Amino acid sequence: MVGSPRSPGAFGLSHAGQLFTRETQAIFYNWKQLPVQRMLDFDFLCGRKTPSVAVIVQPGSHGGFQKVFFGREEVAIPQVGTIEEAAAAFPKADVFVNFASFRSAFESSLEALKQPTIRVCAIIAEGVPERDTKQLIAYARQHNKIIIGPATVGGVQAGAFKIGDAAGTLDNIIACKLYRPGSVGFVSKSGGMSNEMYNVIARAADGIYEGIAIGGDAFPGSTLSDHCLRYQNIPQVKMIVVLGEIGGQDEYSLVDALKAGRITKPVVAWVSGTCAKLFKSEVQFGHAGAKSGGDAESAQAKNSALSAAGAIVPGSFEELEGTVRKVYGELVGQGVITPAEDSKPPEVPMDLGVAKKLGKVRAPTHVICTISDDRGEEPTYGGVTMSELMEADANIGDAIGLLWFKRRLPRYATKFIEMCVVLCADHGPCVSGAHNTIVTSRAGKDLISCLVSGLLTIGPRFGGAIDDAARYFKQACDAGQEPDDFVEAMKRKGIRVPGIGHRIKSKDNRDKRVELLQRYARKHFPSIRYLDYAITVENYTLQKAANLVLNVDGCIGALFLDLLSSVGMFTPAEVQEVVDIGYLNGLFVLARSIGLIGHALDQKRLQQPLFRYPWDEVLYTK
Amino acid sequence: MARKKIREYDSKRLLKAHIARMAGLQLPIAVAQVKEATNFAELVSASPWMTQTPLVVKPDCLFGKRGKHDLVGLKLDYLQAQEFIAARMNKVVDMDGIVGKINCFIIEPFVPHEDEYYLCIQSERLGYTISFSEFGGMEIEENWDKVRTVTVPTGGEASSERLAPLLSTLPPELRPGMERFIASAYEVFLDLDFSLMEFNPFTLDSAGQPFPLDMRGELDDTAAFRSAKKWGDVEFPLPFGRTMTPQEAAVHSMDEATGASLKLSILNPKGRIWTMVAGGGASVIYADTVGDLGYAHELGNYAEYSGGPSTAETHAYARTLLDAATASPDGRGRALIVGGGIANFTDVAATFKGIIQAFRERAAAIQASKMKIFVRRGGPNYKAGLDMMRALGAELGVPIEVYGPEASMTGICQHAIDYISSFDKNGGQ
Repeated sequence: MVGSPRSPGAFGLSHAGQLFTRETQAIFYNWKQLPVQRMLDFDFLCGRKTPSVAVIVQPGSHGGFQKVFFGREEVAIPQVGTIEEAAAAFPKADVFVNFASFRSAFESSLEALKQPTIRVCAIIAEGVPERDTKQLIAYARQHNKIIIGPATVGGVQAGAFKIGDAAGTLDNIIACKLYRPGSVGFVSKSGGMSNEMYNVIARAADGIYEGIAIGGDAFPGSTLSDHCLRYQNIPQVKMIVVLGEIGGQDEYSLVDALKAGRITKPVVAWVSGTCAKLFKSEVQFGHAGAKSGGDAESAQAKNSALSAAGAIVPGSFEELEGTVRKVYGELVGQGVITPAEDSKPPEVPMDLGVAKKLGKVRAPTHVICTISDDRGEEPTYGGVTMSELMEADANIGDAIGLLWFKRRLPRYATKFIEMCVVLCADHGPCVSGAHNTIVTSRAGKDLISCLVSGLLTIGPRFGGAIDDAARYFKQACDAGQEPDDFVEAMKRKGIRVPGIGHRIKSKDNRDKRVELLQRYARKHFPSIRYLDYAITVENYTLQKAANLVLNVDGCIGALFLDLLSSVGMFTPAEVQEVVDIGYLNGLFVLARSIGLIGHALDQKRLQQPLFRYPWDEVLYTK
Repeated sequence: MARKKIREYDSKRLLKAHIARMAGLQLPIAVAQVKEATNFAELVSASPWMTQTPLVVKPDCLFGKRGKHDLVGLKLDYLQAQEFIAARMNKVVDMDGIVGKINCFIIEPFVPHEDEYYLCIQSERLGYTISFSEFGGMEIEENWDKVRTVTVPTGGEASSERLAPLLSTLPPELRPGMERFIASAYEVFLDLDFSLMEFNPFTLDSAGQPFPLDMRGELDDTAAFRSAKKWGDVEFPLPFGRTMTPQEAAVHSMDEATGASLKLSILNPKGRIWTMVAGGGASVIYADTVGDLGYAHELGNYAEYSGGPSTAETHAYARTLLDAATASPDGRGRALIVGGGIANFTDVAATFKGIIQAFRERAAAIQASKMKIFVRRGGPNYKAGLDMMRALGAELGVPIEVYGPEASMTGICQHAIDYISSFDKNGGQ
């Protein structure tokens, strides 16, 4: 990496000349992808050999890299946590581009100015307190450093170096021929207007050599006249264009410099804000420093003073372009300017995102999603916005309906789903899932580990029977199989009928949950064909043993078949798909997560120690 | 925004509290504020000094020269003060051409005095100037040659050596006290992010304590993030005489609530050229250009948006501006200039989205006022933005002329003028 050929500290503001070269490198503070990429794109257009950003300072980071494009290649720009580290590691990076917020711009800028290797500090933030900027100005003056900003987009030296977002898009850089030096030095307060003026100057002359926006604050770090004096010292700058603004006294130091003969190059100047006389009371325009106030700070007064001091002042902003053209033409005529040759800059490949936006390329997606969308004003589930859900007093069943079944289910159905969740949320501490969760919680693990260790027990022997129950009941019922034939056929295959049987509950001691679900379904469901079938199966199995009752898994499985078949929103093939994919165990997983989280938290709250089986509860044997 | 004027009441309240905190100076300041809604009895019971001393009452509305306009009540008791205020509350006065309503008063103890001193601390680019005179008061301008000024460079202290030139003609026994007051006021100035602090005049009370008779202050409101706590419940009133239309008030409150900048000043509600311009620099130039072309009298407003407002913000902003621009149609055509320079990084299409939404909602009003819209903008994604504008014209049946960076920035001002003048020539189109 090659730095500036000048030694640090060789610049005083009054005798400073060129700030940047084609080798200048910057320390970029507070990582922002776009401005860094724009700086590197500019570098590539200019044919620079090295990227203009040497290192990124990201407060709080501990090293690493940021990836950006340099032309067609991707490069990794190192990242460090402090300005001191950055300056020590990259002593040739003598420009500090500060993208800190207005809250922290002062501290970071002062820290940067204190590094002996840093010469120029550009401060982008708008709203830096005056007192802070003044301290930076004082420090910079004592140590021969240059501040650009605050409240600025920065500046650009054509063909050499660009600060952050200055000069806009690639199209604009090409339109303004900023990839190669022209003959005009430009300075303005406004960042937005500087870009406009690069266009004007490219149309009316051969483009800028350098352009700086000093920022709209009342006390900018460097002034219009500071930069005009620099331009006087840069031989390639043949004429100077200044765009001033109402408010402040800054233009008068330019007037003084002109009068004292310290600036001899032609200066075309215009101070905007002649409209201020239209306002009845004091007005604050868009820029902090642009305040209509005293007579001397008026645009009219400053334009007259500049004109009297020898600047070329047009009659209005509209005439500015013509004036630049005229002065440029005269300088070409006198042989002072040899118009810059036009070269064709290399083409910067288009970013994929931009190309896609323009419809120039297509790229395959990696993932497909049909249930939700987080891109709009508010997220949606199955096309239904959060607001609509809240207004409709949506419940868990609505969310499940939209995200699992992709349907806006009727109220009775969502209520049923919610009942299933409530009834299956927990079943005491002794079941395998809760036990695992309790043991894990007592081992001091985090909530997610506790939950997951409990969930991992859900399967063929614990809680995983809803899908299977639905599957077999559906198959048998749809085939019109008699219950006894069904049960006996299963027995022959060596399969216990899923959804039938309970460890404790029996014919005379029914599972309350099963009763409640059945009662609800009988009242609200259009049809309970599958439940009726499951009950005939139960009637048969109860003849074999009193505990072969329809259990909660079987009941939910059968009722879900009834729900899907009778709600009028699913084709038979879709109902089959639900059963085949295995939606219904999800219901148990979801419900039981509530209970498992409860057990995990309960153990933590009770500060239970590590669980360990006593030896006498284990059979040790060979 | 930056430097903001505060009321005399707040200036004195802040000085009293913080000069005590920072320098241990207990100034004999006591202030009470009366606005239209103030309950006077409650104010008196909260400020018992009001019943114990003769009072001075003045309007506190950011204008000076109050003595010259019979607006100062001297040596009143609290009941007389109440009457004095009641007789003047909401009175419209003309202060050197600026007409406005008086809606806020300050009440202070009356301090008999002979000496009137002048002190002013100002912030400049390279430091702070401190000006002092023994001949303060209403005639300060006539006595300006007797004002002495010293400069404290940024980071420097208001030391005895630096302040000495200010006090050289003061009787020696007064110098230490005066120096301490000036140095302490300077400390408060810095610590509270004042950008102006002026006493014209202050005096010394019977105990020899500095007492500001009249005080002006400005705070740098960009320092709010660190100084708001010290400022307490400070108010930043509008300049005297500046009343806000409902639309201006709406934009003003939007501006205060966002990190972006949204400005609207109505210049002439019946004006036929309206502007909505992106960027602090460009917005001023558009207003200039309409004036340069001789149509200042038709300019309806000054408006500026910048700093990356969200789509929702530009939408609300544009809708509010349109409400003002399309009010009371007179059949003589109007022009809206949606202008801007070539943006550095603002996504033009994104900001236009909000503006277009507003155009759609206000399409009927736009048509009713025979408004034609002139657009000029460049920058990131500008082609898409301009295309959206063109399509909108066709969709709404509203005439819209659209230009990009190839056209000069202010060229549409002339187009706008041509459009409205065509009504004057032909009696309508």
